[in-house]
Amino acid sequence: MIAQQISIFAENKPGRLAAVTHILAKEKINIRATTISTSDTFGVINLLVDDPKKAQKVLTAAGMMVQMRDVLAVELDDKPGGLDRLTQLLHKENINVNNAYGFVVESYERAIFVVDVDQIEKAEKLIENNNFKTLDTEGLTSAEPFHYTKY
Amino acid sequence: MFWEKEIETIDRDQLHKMQLERLQATVESTSRSSYYRKLFKGKGIFPEDIKTLDDLTKLPLTTKDDLREEWPYGFLAVSKDEIVRMHSSSGTTGRATVIFHTQKDIDNWTNQLARCMYMAGMRKSDVFQNMMTYALFTGGLGFHYGAERLGALVIPAGPGNSKRQIQLMQDFDTTCIHIIPSYALHLTTVFEEVGVDPKQDTRLRIAFIGAEPHSEKMRKRIEDFYGVKAFNSYGLSEMSGPGVAFECPEQNGLHIWEDAYIVEIIDPITLQPVPDGEEGELVMTTLNRDGMPILRYRTKDLTRIIPGVCPCGRTHRRIERIKGRTDDMMILKGVNIFPIQIEKKLMGIQGVGNNFQIILERKGFNDDMIVKVEVQREYFTGDLKQLEALRKTIVNELKSDLLITPRVDLVEPESLPQTEGKAKRVIDNRED
Repeated sequence: MIAQQISIFAENKPGRLAAVTHILAKEKINIRATTISTSDTFGVINLLVDDPKKAQKVLTAAGMMVQMRDVLAVELDDKPGGLDRLTQLLHKENINVNNAYGFVVESYERAIFVVDVDQIEKAEKLIENNNFKTLDTEGLTSAEPFHYTKY
Repeated sequence: MFWEKEIETIDRDQLHKMQLERLQATVESTSRSSYYRKLFKGKGIFPEDIKTLDDLTKLPLTTKDDLREEWPYGFLAVSKDEIVRMHSSSGTTGRATVIFHTQKDIDNWTNQLARCMYMAGMRKSDVFQNMMTYALFTGGLGFHYGAERLGALVIPAGPGNSKRQIQLMQDFDTTCIHIIPSYALHLTTVFEEVGVDPKQDTRLRIAFIGAEPHSEKMRKRIEDFYGVKAFNSYGLSEMSGPGVAFECPEQNGLHIWEDAYIVEIIDPITLQPVPDGEEGELVMTTLNRDGMPILRYRTKDLTRIIPGVCPCGRTHRRIERIKGRTDDMMILKGVNIFPIQIEKKLMGIQGVGNNFQIILERKGFNDDMIVKVEVQREYFTGDLKQLEALRKTIVNELKSDLLITPRVDLVEPESLPQTEGKAKRVIDNRED
Protein backbone atom coordinates (compact mmCIF):
# COMPACT_ATOMS: atom_id res chain seq x y z
CA MET A 1 0.00 0.00 0.00
CA ILE A 2 1.12 3.50 -0.70
CA ALA A 3 0.95 6.35 1.78
CA GLN A 4 1.06 10.09 1.17
CA GLN A 5 3.48 12.46 2.68
CA ILE A 6 3.17 16.20 2.24
CA SER A 7 6.20 18.20 1.20
CA ILE A 8 6.40 21.93 1.75
CA PHE A 9 8.89 24.28 0.14
CA ALA A 10 10.30 26.69 2.70
CA GLU A 11 12.99 29.27 2.80
CA ASN A 12 15.63 28.43 5.34
CA LYS A 13 14.88 31.13 7.89
CA PRO A 14 13.40 31.46 11.36
CA GLY A 15 9.64 31.06 11.60
CA ARG A 16 8.92 29.02 8.48
CA LEU A 17 8.45 25.72 10.34
CA ALA A 18 6.46 27.50 13.04
CA ALA A 19 4.14 28.88 10.36
CA VAL A 20 3.46 25.36 9.11
CA THR A 21 2.88 23.78 12.51
CA HIS A 22 0.70 26.68 13.60
CA ILE A 23 -1.72 26.05 10.76
CA LEU A 24 -1.75 22.29 11.33
CA ALA A 25 -2.37 22.78 15.05
CA LYS A 26 -5.25 25.14 14.35
CA GLU A 27 -6.80 22.66 11.93
CA LYS A 28 -6.28 19.79 14.40
CA ILE A 29 -4.13 17.81 12.01
CA ASN A 30 -1.85 15.33 13.72
CA ILE A 31 1.77 14.96 12.68
CA ARG A 32 3.12 11.41 12.87
CA ALA A 33 6.62 12.05 11.65
CA THR A 34 8.72 14.74 10.06
CA THR A 35 12.02 15.33 8.30
CA ILE A 36 13.50 18.47 6.91
CA SER A 37 16.05 18.56 4.15
CA THR A 38 17.79 21.84 3.51
CA SER A 39 20.00 23.20 0.84
CA ASP A 40 21.64 26.39 2.05
CA THR A 41 18.91 29.01 1.69
CA PHE A 42 15.88 26.82 1.16
CA GLY A 43 14.59 23.40 2.03
CA VAL A 44 11.72 20.97 1.98
CA ILE A 45 9.70 20.06 5.04
CA ASN A 46 8.28 16.52 4.81
CA LEU A 47 5.40 15.62 7.06
CA LEU A 48 3.49 12.44 7.61
CA VAL A 49 0.08 13.55 8.87
CA ASP A 50 -3.23 11.89 9.59
CA ASP A 51 -5.09 13.85 6.93
CA PRO A 52 -2.71 14.76 4.08
CA LYS A 53 -5.46 16.04 1.74
CA LYS A 54 -6.73 18.50 4.29
CA ALA A 55 -3.20 19.51 5.23
CA GLN A 56 -2.38 20.25 1.61
CA LYS A 57 -5.56 22.28 1.26
CA VAL A 58 -5.08 24.47 4.34
CA LEU A 59 -1.37 25.05 3.76
CA THR A 60 -1.94 25.94 0.11
CA ALA A 61 -4.68 28.34 1.15
CA ALA A 62 -2.10 30.04 3.37
CA GLY A 63 0.01 30.63 0.27
CA MET A 64 2.50 27.83 0.78
CA MET A 65 3.85 25.65 -1.97
CA VAL A 66 2.77 22.12 -1.06
CA GLN A 67 2.91 18.79 -2.86
CA MET A 68 1.67 15.35 -1.91
CA ARG A 69 4.25 12.68 -2.47
CA ASP A 70 3.84 8.95 -2.57
CA VAL A 71 5.94 7.10 -0.03
CA LEU A 72 6.09 3.60 1.40
CA ALA A 73 5.37 3.23 5.11
CA VAL A 74 6.81 -0.14 6.07
CA GLU A 75 6.10 -1.85 9.36
CA LEU A 76 9.22 -3.27 10.96
CA ASP A 77 10.06 -5.24 14.04
CA ASP A 78 11.54 -2.85 16.60
CA LYS A 79 14.58 -5.00 17.31
CA PRO A 80 18.20 -5.26 16.12
CA GLY A 81 18.33 -6.09 12.42
CA GLY A 82 14.74 -5.01 11.76
CA LEU A 83 15.68 -2.14 9.45
CA ASP A 84 18.63 -3.99 7.98
CA ARG A 85 16.38 -6.67 6.52
CA LEU A 86 14.51 -3.97 4.57
CA THR A 87 17.50 -1.96 3.37
CA GLN A 88 19.36 -5.09 2.20
CA LEU A 89 16.32 -6.00 0.17
CA LEU A 90 16.18 -2.59 -1.50
CA HIS A 91 19.90 -2.63 -2.12
CA LYS A 92 19.74 -6.05 -3.76
CA GLU A 93 17.12 -4.80 -6.20
CA ASN A 94 19.06 -1.60 -6.85
CA ILE A 95 16.34 0.70 -5.52
CA ASN A 96 17.58 4.09 -4.42
CA VAL A 97 16.26 5.77 -1.29
CA ASN A 98 15.83 9.53 -1.68
CA ASN A 99 14.63 10.19 1.81
CA ALA A 100 13.74 8.06 4.80
CA TYR A 101 12.62 8.46 8.39
CA GLY A 102 11.06 6.31 11.01
CA PHE A 103 9.14 6.28 14.23
CA VAL A 104 8.40 3.72 16.88
CA VAL A 105 4.80 2.65 17.35
CA GLU A 106 5.35 0.22 20.19
CA SER A 107 8.65 0.10 21.99
CA TYR A 108 10.70 -3.03 21.18
CA GLU A 109 7.74 -4.33 19.20
CA ARG A 110 6.75 -2.31 16.15
CA ALA A 111 8.21 0.60 14.22
CA ILE A 112 7.23 2.32 10.98
CA PHE A 113 9.90 3.19 8.48
CA VAL A 114 8.97 5.66 5.74
CA VAL A 115 10.91 5.56 2.49
CA ASP A 116 10.77 7.83 -0.52
CA VAL A 117 12.22 5.71 -3.32
CA ASP A 118 12.86 6.20 -7.02
CA GLN A 119 10.84 3.20 -8.28
CA ILE A 120 7.90 3.16 -5.94
CA GLU A 121 5.74 0.48 -7.62
CA LYS A 122 8.57 -1.96 -7.99
CA ALA A 123 9.63 -1.32 -4.40
CA GLU A 124 6.10 -1.80 -3.12
CA LYS A 125 5.75 -5.20 -4.78
CA LEU A 126 9.15 -6.28 -3.65
CA ILE A 127 8.55 -5.31 -0.07
CA GLU A 128 5.13 -6.90 0.14
CA ASN A 129 6.32 -10.10 -1.53
CA ASN A 130 8.93 -10.38 1.19
CA ASN A 131 6.40 -10.39 3.97
CA PHE A 132 6.65 -6.78 5.03
CA LYS A 133 3.45 -4.97 5.81
CA THR A 134 3.00 -1.56 4.17
CA LEU A 135 0.44 0.91 5.46
CA ASP A 136 -1.63 3.50 3.67
CA THR A 137 -2.70 6.77 5.26
CA GLU A 138 -5.66 5.18 7.00
CA GLY A 139 -3.52 2.36 8.29
CA LEU A 140 -1.05 4.85 9.63
CA THR A 141 -3.74 6.77 11.42
CA SER A 142 -5.05 3.68 13.15
CA ALA A 143 -1.56 2.45 14.07
CA GLU A 144 -1.85 3.87 17.55
CA PRO A 145 1.04 3.53 19.93
CA PHE A 146 -0.08 0.59 22.03
CA HIS A 147 1.90 1.57 25.07
CA TYR A 148 -0.67 4.28 25.80
CA THR A 149 -3.40 1.66 26.17
CA LYS A 150 -1.25 -0.68 28.18
CA TYR A 151 -1.30 1.55 31.20
CA MET B 1 -5.07 49.05 -41.29
CA PHE B 2 -4.02 52.67 -40.91
CA TRP B 3 -5.35 55.38 -38.67
CA GLU B 4 -3.73 58.07 -40.85
CA LYS B 5 -2.42 56.41 -43.98
CA GLU B 6 -0.78 59.49 -45.54
CA ILE B 7 1.27 60.18 -42.44
CA GLU B 8 2.04 56.61 -41.44
CA THR B 9 3.25 55.65 -44.92
CA ILE B 10 4.70 59.04 -45.84
CA ASP B 11 7.56 59.10 -48.33
CA ARG B 12 10.87 59.60 -46.48
CA ASP B 13 11.82 62.71 -48.50
CA GLN B 14 8.47 64.25 -47.77
CA LEU B 15 8.86 63.32 -44.13
CA HIS B 16 12.23 65.06 -43.97
CA LYS B 17 10.70 68.17 -45.51
CA MET B 18 7.93 68.11 -42.92
CA GLN B 19 10.46 67.52 -40.14
CA LEU B 20 12.59 70.49 -41.23
CA GLU B 21 9.60 72.84 -41.29
CA ARG B 22 8.47 71.63 -37.90
CA LEU B 23 11.99 71.76 -36.47
CA GLN B 24 12.42 75.35 -37.59
CA ALA B 25 9.11 76.30 -36.01
CA THR B 26 10.04 74.41 -32.83
CA VAL B 27 13.42 76.12 -32.49
CA GLU B 28 11.70 79.45 -33.03
CA SER B 29 9.22 78.71 -30.25
CA THR B 30 11.79 77.27 -27.84
CA SER B 31 13.60 80.58 -28.03
CA ARG B 32 10.61 82.02 -26.19
CA SER B 33 11.30 79.88 -23.11
CA SER B 34 13.55 81.43 -20.51
CA TYR B 35 15.87 78.41 -20.48
CA TYR B 36 16.55 78.16 -24.22
CA ARG B 37 16.60 81.96 -24.68
CA LYS B 38 19.46 82.24 -22.21
CA LEU B 39 21.23 79.22 -23.64
CA PHE B 40 20.93 80.37 -27.27
CA LYS B 41 22.22 83.81 -26.31
CA GLY B 42 25.20 82.35 -24.46
CA LYS B 43 26.11 80.00 -27.29
CA GLY B 44 25.30 82.38 -30.12
CA ILE B 45 22.60 80.16 -31.62
CA PHE B 46 19.96 81.75 -33.83
CA PRO B 47 16.83 79.93 -35.01
CA GLU B 48 17.59 80.95 -38.59
CA ASP B 49 20.82 78.88 -38.37
CA ILE B 50 18.71 75.76 -38.85
CA LYS B 51 18.65 75.43 -42.63
CA THR B 52 18.75 71.64 -43.01
CA LEU B 53 18.07 68.69 -40.76
CA ASP B 54 21.82 68.20 -40.44
CA ASP B 55 21.96 71.51 -38.58
CA LEU B 56 20.23 69.75 -35.71
CA THR B 57 23.60 68.91 -34.15
CA LYS B 58 24.25 72.65 -33.77
CA LEU B 59 21.54 72.61 -31.13
CA PRO B 60 22.34 71.75 -27.52
CA LEU B 61 21.39 68.46 -25.89
CA THR B 62 18.85 68.71 -23.09
CA THR B 63 19.04 66.50 -20.00
CA LYS B 64 16.71 65.58 -17.19
CA ASP B 65 18.91 67.64 -14.88
CA ASP B 66 18.24 70.70 -17.04
CA LEU B 67 14.50 70.10 -16.62
CA ARG B 68 14.95 69.78 -12.87
CA GLU B 69 17.02 72.92 -12.55
CA GLU B 70 14.48 74.95 -14.50
CA TRP B 71 11.62 73.53 -12.46
CA PRO B 72 8.84 74.37 -12.86
CA TYR B 73 8.38 76.95 -15.65
CA GLY B 74 11.81 77.46 -17.24
CA PHE B 75 10.94 75.48 -20.37
CA LEU B 76 7.50 76.98 -20.89
CA ALA B 77 7.28 78.50 -24.40
CA VAL B 78 3.75 79.89 -24.16
CA SER B 79 1.86 81.95 -21.61
CA LYS B 80 0.71 79.93 -18.63
CA ASP B 81 -2.87 80.78 -19.58
CA GLU B 82 -2.54 78.55 -22.63
CA ILE B 83 -1.66 75.51 -20.49
CA VAL B 84 -4.51 73.09 -19.82
CA ARG B 85 -2.74 70.21 -18.14
CA MET B 86 0.44 69.14 -16.42
CA HIS B 87 1.95 65.71 -15.94
CA SER B 88 4.85 64.64 -13.85
CA SER B 89 7.35 61.85 -14.44
CA SER B 90 7.06 58.84 -12.20
CA GLY B 91 10.34 59.79 -10.58
CA THR B 92 11.75 56.31 -11.16
CA THR B 93 15.14 57.87 -10.75
CA GLY B 94 15.64 61.09 -8.80
CA ARG B 95 13.26 64.02 -8.40
CA ALA B 96 10.22 64.31 -10.60
CA THR B 97 10.02 66.60 -13.61
CA VAL B 98 6.95 68.45 -14.81
CA ILE B 99 5.62 68.71 -18.37
CA PHE B 100 2.96 71.24 -19.44
CA HIS B 101 0.51 70.83 -22.31
CA THR B 102 -1.68 73.19 -24.29
CA GLN B 103 -5.01 71.94 -25.64
CA LYS B 104 -3.37 71.39 -29.01
CA ASP B 105 -0.57 69.37 -27.41
CA ILE B 106 -3.09 67.11 -25.71
CA ASP B 107 -4.95 66.71 -29.03
CA ASN B 108 -1.78 65.73 -30.88
CA TRP B 109 -0.74 63.27 -28.21
CA THR B 110 -4.22 61.78 -28.07
CA ASN B 111 -4.24 61.29 -31.82
CA GLN B 112 -0.84 59.65 -31.66
CA LEU B 113 -2.11 57.12 -29.11
CA ALA B 114 -5.20 56.38 -31.18
CA ARG B 115 -2.84 55.76 -34.10
CA CYS B 116 -0.81 53.30 -31.99
CA MET B 117 -3.80 51.35 -30.74
CA TYR B 118 -5.41 51.26 -34.19
CA MET B 119 -2.14 49.98 -35.61
CA ALA B 120 -2.12 47.11 -33.09
CA GLY B 121 -5.64 46.18 -34.14
CA MET B 122 -7.99 47.90 -31.68
CA ARG B 123 -11.24 49.15 -33.22
CA LYS B 124 -14.37 51.07 -32.29
CA SER B 125 -16.13 47.85 -31.33
CA ASP B 126 -13.52 46.95 -28.72
CA VAL B 127 -13.85 47.23 -24.95
CA PHE B 128 -10.68 48.68 -23.50
CA GLN B 129 -9.79 48.18 -19.84
CA ASN B 130 -7.11 50.63 -18.79
CA MET B 131 -5.28 49.14 -15.80
CA MET B 132 -2.74 51.91 -15.43
CA THR B 133 -2.39 54.60 -12.81
CA TYR B 134 -4.28 57.73 -13.76
CA ALA B 135 -3.21 60.95 -11.99
CA LEU B 136 0.22 62.50 -12.55
CA PHE B 137 1.58 59.46 -14.39
CA THR B 138 0.99 59.78 -18.13
CA GLY B 139 0.21 56.10 -18.75
CA GLY B 140 -3.38 56.14 -17.55
CA LEU B 141 -4.75 59.37 -18.97
CA GLY B 142 -2.78 59.15 -22.22
CA PHE B 143 -4.24 55.80 -23.22
CA HIS B 144 -7.65 56.76 -21.88
CA TYR B 145 -7.90 59.75 -24.20
CA GLY B 146 -6.44 57.83 -27.13
CA ALA B 147 -8.89 54.95 -26.76
CA GLU B 148 -11.83 57.35 -26.55
CA ARG B 149 -10.61 59.15 -29.66
CA LEU B 150 -10.48 55.78 -31.42
CA GLY B 151 -14.03 55.18 -30.29
CA ALA B 152 -13.60 52.12 -28.07
CA LEU B 153 -15.60 51.63 -24.90
CA VAL B 154 -13.17 52.61 -22.15
CA ILE B 155 -13.22 51.08 -18.68
CA PRO B 156 -11.06 53.39 -16.53
CA ALA B 157 -10.19 50.61 -14.09
CA GLY B 158 -6.90 52.02 -12.86
CA PRO B 159 -4.35 49.69 -11.30
CA GLY B 160 -4.67 47.09 -8.53
CA ASN B 161 -7.72 45.47 -6.97
CA SER B 162 -6.97 42.35 -8.96
CA LYS B 163 -10.19 40.44 -8.31
CA ARG B 164 -12.27 43.40 -9.44
CA GLN B 165 -10.16 43.66 -12.61
CA ILE B 166 -11.06 40.08 -13.48
CA GLN B 167 -14.69 40.71 -12.63
CA LEU B 168 -14.76 43.77 -14.91
CA MET B 169 -13.22 41.78 -17.76
CA GLN B 170 -15.95 39.18 -17.44
CA ASP B 171 -18.87 41.53 -16.82
CA PHE B 172 -18.16 43.86 -19.73
CA ASP B 173 -16.45 41.50 -22.18
CA THR B 174 -13.16 43.37 -22.17
CA THR B 175 -11.19 42.71 -25.36
CA CYS B 176 -8.15 44.96 -24.90
CA ILE B 177 -6.13 45.75 -21.81
CA HIS B 178 -3.36 48.18 -21.01
CA ILE B 179 -1.18 46.82 -18.23
CA ILE B 180 2.34 46.94 -16.79
CA PRO B 181 4.03 43.64 -17.72
CA SER B 182 5.14 42.74 -14.19
CA TYR B 183 1.58 43.30 -12.98
CA ALA B 184 0.26 41.16 -15.83
CA LEU B 185 2.39 38.30 -14.56
CA HIS B 186 1.31 38.85 -10.99
CA LEU B 187 -2.33 38.84 -12.08
CA THR B 188 -1.93 35.33 -13.52
CA THR B 189 -1.83 33.94 -9.98
CA VAL B 190 -5.02 35.78 -9.09
CA PHE B 191 -6.72 34.32 -12.17
CA GLU B 192 -5.69 30.87 -10.96
CA GLU B 193 -6.85 31.63 -7.44
CA VAL B 194 -10.36 32.60 -8.55
CA GLY B 195 -10.47 29.78 -11.07
CA VAL B 196 -10.85 31.92 -14.18
CA ASP B 197 -8.98 31.01 -17.35
CA PRO B 198 -8.59 34.16 -19.45
CA LYS B 199 -8.38 32.07 -22.62
CA GLN B 200 -11.71 30.36 -21.99
CA ASP B 201 -13.62 32.72 -19.77
CA THR B 202 -12.81 36.16 -21.18
CA ARG B 203 -12.81 37.75 -24.61
CA LEU B 204 -9.35 39.30 -24.28
CA ARG B 205 -7.46 39.55 -27.55
CA ILE B 206 -5.00 42.43 -27.24
CA ALA B 207 -2.74 43.62 -24.44
CA PHE B 208 -0.74 46.82 -24.53
CA ILE B 209 2.24 46.39 -22.26
CA GLY B 210 4.60 49.17 -21.34
CA ALA B 211 6.02 51.54 -18.75
CA GLU B 212 8.85 49.19 -17.89
CA PRO B 213 11.40 47.36 -20.01
CA HIS B 214 10.55 43.72 -20.55
CA SER B 215 11.97 40.86 -22.54
CA GLU B 216 10.56 38.93 -25.47
CA LYS B 217 10.14 35.92 -23.19
CA MET B 218 8.06 37.92 -20.76
CA ARG B 219 5.83 38.99 -23.64
CA LYS B 220 5.49 35.34 -24.65
CA ARG B 221 4.45 34.36 -21.13
CA ILE B 222 1.79 37.05 -21.12
CA GLU B 223 0.53 36.09 -24.57
CA ASP B 224 0.37 32.41 -23.67
CA PHE B 225 -1.44 32.87 -20.39
CA TYR B 226 -3.98 35.46 -21.53
CA GLY B 227 -4.43 34.19 -25.08
CA VAL B 228 -3.72 37.66 -26.48
CA LYS B 229 -1.33 39.46 -28.78
CA ALA B 230 0.78 41.70 -26.58
CA PHE B 231 2.16 44.92 -28.04
CA ASN B 232 5.11 46.77 -26.62
CA SER B 233 4.44 50.43 -25.89
CA TYR B 234 7.21 52.94 -25.31
CA GLY B 235 7.03 56.45 -24.03
CA LEU B 236 8.31 58.88 -21.46
CA SER B 237 6.62 61.83 -19.88
CA GLU B 238 9.21 64.30 -21.22
CA MET B 239 8.11 63.33 -24.74
CA SER B 240 4.45 63.55 -23.59
CA GLY B 241 4.06 59.96 -22.42
CA PRO B 242 3.06 56.64 -23.97
CA GLY B 243 2.61 56.49 -27.72
CA VAL B 244 6.09 57.73 -28.61
CA ALA B 245 6.88 54.38 -30.22
CA PHE B 246 4.68 51.34 -30.60
CA GLU B 247 4.68 47.89 -32.13
CA CYS B 248 2.77 47.13 -35.30
CA PRO B 249 1.27 43.68 -36.01
CA GLU B 250 4.72 42.49 -37.14
CA GLN B 251 5.82 42.71 -33.47
CA ASN B 252 9.36 43.29 -34.58
CA GLY B 253 10.48 46.65 -33.25
CA LEU B 254 8.53 49.77 -32.35
CA HIS B 255 7.67 52.42 -34.94
CA ILE B 256 8.80 55.71 -33.55
CA TRP B 257 6.61 58.50 -34.86
CA GLU B 258 8.91 60.72 -36.84
CA ASP B 259 6.25 63.28 -37.70
CA ALA B 260 6.19 64.09 -33.97
CA TYR B 261 9.85 63.65 -33.07
CA ILE B 262 13.29 63.82 -34.59
CA VAL B 263 15.09 60.69 -33.50
CA GLU B 264 18.81 60.35 -32.93
CA ILE B 265 20.86 57.57 -31.39
CA ILE B 266 24.06 58.79 -29.78
CA ASP B 267 27.01 57.26 -28.03
CA PRO B 268 26.34 58.16 -24.37
CA ILE B 269 30.03 58.79 -23.71
CA THR B 270 31.19 60.74 -26.77
CA LEU B 271 27.68 62.18 -27.43
CA GLN B 272 28.27 61.65 -31.16
CA PRO B 273 25.51 60.16 -33.32
CA VAL B 274 25.88 56.49 -34.21
CA PRO B 275 24.68 55.00 -37.54
CA ASP B 276 21.40 53.09 -37.84
CA GLY B 277 21.70 49.59 -36.42
CA GLU B 278 24.17 50.53 -33.72
CA GLU B 279 23.16 50.65 -30.11
CA GLY B 280 23.21 53.90 -28.17
CA GLU B 281 21.13 56.38 -26.20
CA LEU B 282 17.88 57.56 -27.72
CA VAL B 283 17.72 61.34 -28.17
CA MET B 284 14.52 63.06 -29.25
CA THR B 285 13.31 66.50 -30.30
CA THR B 286 9.61 67.33 -30.12
CA LEU B 287 8.12 68.58 -33.40
CA ASN B 288 4.51 69.29 -32.59
CA ARG B 289 4.44 70.49 -29.02
CA ASP B 290 3.70 74.15 -28.29
CA GLY B 291 3.57 74.34 -24.50
CA MET B 292 6.91 72.85 -23.66
CA PRO B 293 9.01 72.02 -26.72
CA ILE B 294 12.25 70.20 -25.92
CA LEU B 295 15.32 69.98 -28.13
CA ARG B 296 17.49 66.89 -28.35
CA TYR B 297 16.33 65.32 -25.11
CA ARG B 298 18.58 62.59 -23.73
CA THR B 299 16.13 59.84 -22.77
CA LYS B 300 18.80 57.69 -21.08
CA ASP B 301 17.11 54.73 -22.76
CA LEU B 302 19.38 52.40 -24.68
CA THR B 303 18.21 50.99 -27.98
CA ARG B 304 19.08 50.94 -31.68
CA ILE B 305 17.34 51.72 -34.93
CA ILE B 306 16.37 48.54 -36.75
CA PRO B 307 17.68 48.98 -40.29
CA GLY B 308 15.44 48.22 -43.23
CA VAL B 309 11.77 48.74 -44.02
CA CYS B 310 8.91 47.14 -42.13
CA PRO B 311 6.61 44.82 -44.10
CA CYS B 312 3.60 46.62 -42.56
CA GLY B 313 4.14 49.54 -44.94
CA ARG B 314 4.82 52.22 -42.36
CA THR B 315 7.84 54.32 -43.22
CA HIS B 316 8.59 55.57 -39.73
CA ARG B 317 11.72 53.83 -38.52
CA ARG B 318 11.65 51.18 -35.80
CA ILE B 319 13.56 51.07 -32.56
CA GLU B 320 14.40 47.82 -30.85
CA ARG B 321 12.80 47.08 -27.47
CA ILE B 322 14.53 49.15 -24.79
CA LYS B 323 17.54 47.36 -23.41
CA GLY B 324 17.59 49.42 -20.25
CA ARG B 325 18.23 52.90 -18.98
CA THR B 326 21.74 54.16 -18.57
CA ASP B 327 20.61 54.77 -14.95
CA ASP B 328 19.60 51.12 -14.44
CA MET B 329 22.97 49.80 -15.41
CA MET B 330 24.70 47.96 -12.59
CA ILE B 331 28.44 47.73 -12.58
CA LEU B 332 29.59 44.63 -10.80
CA LYS B 333 33.21 43.58 -10.69
CA GLY B 334 33.75 45.79 -13.71
CA VAL B 335 30.97 44.17 -15.70
CA ASN B 336 28.01 46.19 -16.98
CA ILE B 337 24.70 44.48 -16.30
CA PHE B 338 21.11 45.49 -17.03
CA PRO B 339 18.18 44.01 -15.10
CA ILE B 340 16.51 43.12 -18.39
CA GLN B 341 19.35 40.72 -19.21
CA ILE B 342 18.57 38.81 -16.05
CA GLU B 343 14.85 38.85 -16.73
CA LYS B 344 15.39 37.56 -20.24
CA LYS B 345 17.34 34.58 -18.97
CA LEU B 346 15.02 33.81 -16.06
CA MET B 347 11.81 33.90 -18.08
CA GLY B 348 13.18 31.22 -20.37
CA ILE B 349 13.81 28.72 -17.58
CA GLN B 350 11.10 26.22 -16.75
CA GLY B 351 10.18 26.33 -13.08
CA VAL B 352 10.87 30.04 -12.63
CA GLY B 353 7.86 31.91 -11.27
CA ASN B 354 6.64 35.41 -11.98
CA ASN B 355 8.83 37.62 -9.88
CA PHE B 356 12.47 38.11 -9.08
CA GLN B 357 14.69 40.58 -7.30
CA ILE B 358 18.32 41.52 -7.57
CA ILE B 359 20.25 42.48 -4.45
CA LEU B 360 23.72 43.95 -4.61
CA GLU B 361 25.99 43.69 -1.60
CA ARG B 362 29.53 44.62 -0.83
CA LYS B 363 31.78 42.57 1.41
CA GLY B 364 35.16 44.21 1.81
CA PHE B 365 36.23 44.96 -1.73
CA ASN B 366 34.01 42.31 -3.21
CA ASP B 367 30.62 42.97 -4.80
CA ASP B 368 28.08 40.19 -4.69
CA MET B 369 24.92 39.79 -6.65
CA ILE B 370 22.09 37.84 -5.07
CA VAL B 371 19.19 36.97 -7.31
CA LYS B 372 16.01 35.95 -5.51
CA VAL B 373 13.77 33.93 -7.77
CA GLU B 374 10.21 32.80 -7.09
CA VAL B 375 9.54 29.17 -7.91
CA GLN B 376 6.54 28.34 -10.07
CA ARG B 377 3.90 26.67 -7.91
CA GLU B 378 3.11 23.87 -10.37
CA TYR B 379 6.76 23.02 -10.74
CA PHE B 380 7.33 21.85 -7.17
CA THR B 381 7.11 18.09 -6.68
CA GLY B 382 8.31 18.00 -3.11
CA ASP B 383 11.77 16.97 -4.18
CA LEU B 384 14.77 18.90 -2.90
CA LYS B 385 17.00 17.53 -5.65
CA GLN B 386 14.73 19.04 -8.26
CA LEU B 387 14.98 22.45 -6.61
CA GLU B 388 18.73 22.19 -6.37
CA ALA B 389 18.87 21.35 -10.06
CA LEU B 390 16.70 24.38 -10.82
CA ARG B 391 18.96 26.63 -8.84
CA LYS B 392 22.01 25.29 -10.60
CA THR B 393 20.40 25.84 -13.98
CA ILE B 394 19.63 29.45 -13.06
CA VAL B 395 23.17 30.09 -11.83
CA ASN B 396 24.66 28.60 -15.00
CA GLU B 397 22.29 30.46 -17.33
CA LEU B 398 23.01 33.79 -15.63
CA LYS B 399 26.72 33.11 -15.50
CA SER B 400 26.85 32.41 -19.23
CA ASP B 401 25.33 35.80 -19.99
CA LEU B 402 26.62 38.06 -17.22
CA LEU B 403 30.11 36.58 -16.91
CA ILE B 404 29.88 36.78 -13.14
CA THR B 405 28.48 34.12 -10.84
CA PRO B 406 25.50 35.35 -8.86
CA ARG B 407 24.15 33.69 -5.74
CA VAL B 408 20.68 32.42 -6.50
CA ASP B 409 18.10 32.02 -3.75
CA LEU B 410 14.87 30.23 -4.53
CA VAL B 411 11.90 31.71 -2.71
CA GLU B 412 8.22 30.88 -2.36
CA PRO B 413 5.75 32.09 -4.99
CA GLU B 414 4.27 35.52 -4.25
CA SER B 415 6.79 36.15 -1.49
CA LEU B 416 8.69 38.98 -3.18
CA PRO B 417 7.21 42.47 -2.90
CA GLN B 418 4.70 43.09 -5.66
CA THR B 419 4.08 46.61 -6.83
CA GLU B 420 1.15 47.87 -8.83
CA GLY B 421 3.39 50.40 -10.52
CA LYS B 422 6.79 49.79 -11.97
CA ALA B 423 8.52 46.77 -10.48
CA LYS B 424 11.47 47.51 -8.24
CA ARG B 425 13.94 44.93 -9.43
CA VAL B 426 17.22 46.06 -7.95
CA ILE B 427 18.15 46.75 -4.35
CA ASP B 428 21.65 48.14 -4.08
CA ASN B 429 22.98 47.77 -0.55
CA ARG B 430 26.50 48.74 -1.50
CA GLU B 431 27.79 51.85 0.14
CA ASP B 432 30.12 54.02 -1.82
